[in-house]
Amino acid sequence: MSQFFSDSIEFLPILLQGVRLTIIVTVGSLILSTVIGLVWAFMRVSGIRALSGTAVVIVNLIRGIPIIVQLFYIYFVLPDFGIALSALQAAIVGLGVAYSAYQAENFRAGIEAIDHGQVEAAQSIGMGWWLMMRRVILPQAVRIVLPPYGNTMIMMLKDSSQASIITVAELALQGKLIASSTFKNTEVFTLVALLYLTMSIPLILLVGALERRFGRK
Amino acid sequence: MTAMIELTDVHKSFGDHHVIRGFSASVARGEVVCLIGASGSGKSTILRCINGLESYERGCITVDGVTVDCTDRSIVTVRTHVSMVFQRFNLFPHRTALENVIEGPIYVKGESRAEAIDRGRALLARVGLADKEGAHPAQLSGGQQQRVAIARALAMQPRAILFDEPTSALDPEMVGEVLEVMRSVAEEGMTMLIVTHEMAFAREVADRVLFLDQGVILEQGPARSVLTAPTNPRTQDFLRRVLHPM
Repeated sequence: MSQFFSDSIEFLPILLQGVRLTIIVTVGSLILSTVIGLVWAFMRVSGIRALSGTAVVIVNLIRGIPIIVQLFYIYFVLPDFGIALSALQAAIVGLGVAYSAYQAENFRAGIEAIDHGQVEAAQSIGMGWWLMMRRVILPQAVRIVLPPYGNTMIMMLKDSSQASIITVAELALQGKLIASSTFKNTEVFTLVALLYLTMSIPLILLVGALERRFGRK
Repeated sequence: MTAMIELTDVHKSFGDHHVIRGFSASVARGEVVCLIGASGSGKSTILRCINGLESYERGCITVDGVTVDCTDRSIVTVRTHVSMVFQRFNLFPHRTALENVIEGPIYVKGESRAEAIDRGRALLARVGLADKEGAHPAQLSGGQQQRVAIARALAMQPRAILFDEPTSALDPEMVGEVLEVMRSVAEEGMTMLIVTHEMAFAREVADRVLFLDQGVILEQGPARSVLTAPTNPRTQDFLRRVLHPM
């Protein structure tokens, strides 16, 4: 056990650099996926057939391709078209786009769950589409959307490890590098798992709190 | 008398179902008109066409001279001129009573917050809810919610208000308080078009009553004569069933 602690003290500084990148990838792709996901969701509920049809096609394309393949595409294929991103940028864009599809479905479900009478009330006092979204629909949809949004955050935290496949030295990759040079697989991967849990458990508790607050109403 | 709301040969279908079959009527400035008829006769659809919540296929609807076309941006202006009170209130549940009332004046009409709040408070007092301005809709009874909804409609300073069965979703003991507010609004000269099953209210408050059957007006005239001495057999039959359901 004391051996485990001394190993921990030795490996932790390097692993924490990985944690830093894990957080950057997670937060960056979370923000990006939220923004893009909102765009898809707004297109879906716009009532304009060309827009909603386009959004359906895009969301299904994104959902139908594994995240790893999307990362490969952005990191290895886009440079051929003159768009060269760093590994970190590619990871954030790739995960952000991949998750925008799931975010969009969640947002759309939340918006469509709002009673149609709210739309009519907003229209009847002369609100345009955007004002109605901002003042009437979205503030109500947030309560419905938040708990699943929290779950998406947890999945994104874990899926940020896929960025390792395109050389982003986040937590999982740092662990693999240390393990392969020290052969201390048990110690290293236990530490890596504990570090992921340290980040995800607060999020899991947060989701639980959100579900209690908004879930049953 | 000039017409505030004018409908000329309006037709409307839902799929194969031809709901409105050439409806023509007008509501004069300051007039109170009740629209009665069996459910499914197209009463609510008429109201919803007037403020563009539904489109219509043929004919013409104008409000204060402006044509209602719900495919055009002008519909937003029309809607600020015609308020609507819904059967199920449709208050914004995430906002307080006062916030519900000032929402349109501030965000649609661009009034200053202070001015809107002053007027909003006065309107809540007028519908007897001065002490409820901080309550959310879920904390209010149905009758109170509907009175807030009427205050919200008045806050837009509309040229006319459409009421879509405003008391049909209420418990019986709350119907009176809502009708009382509507009566006072009528007495102040508001143009009102009301879909209702409250025949006593219609007889007392309405200037005119239109009886709608299968998308056309079968009978119309002064409230008292249509409701107490209808000439059309279908009107007679309808009124008999409404007034003496047993």
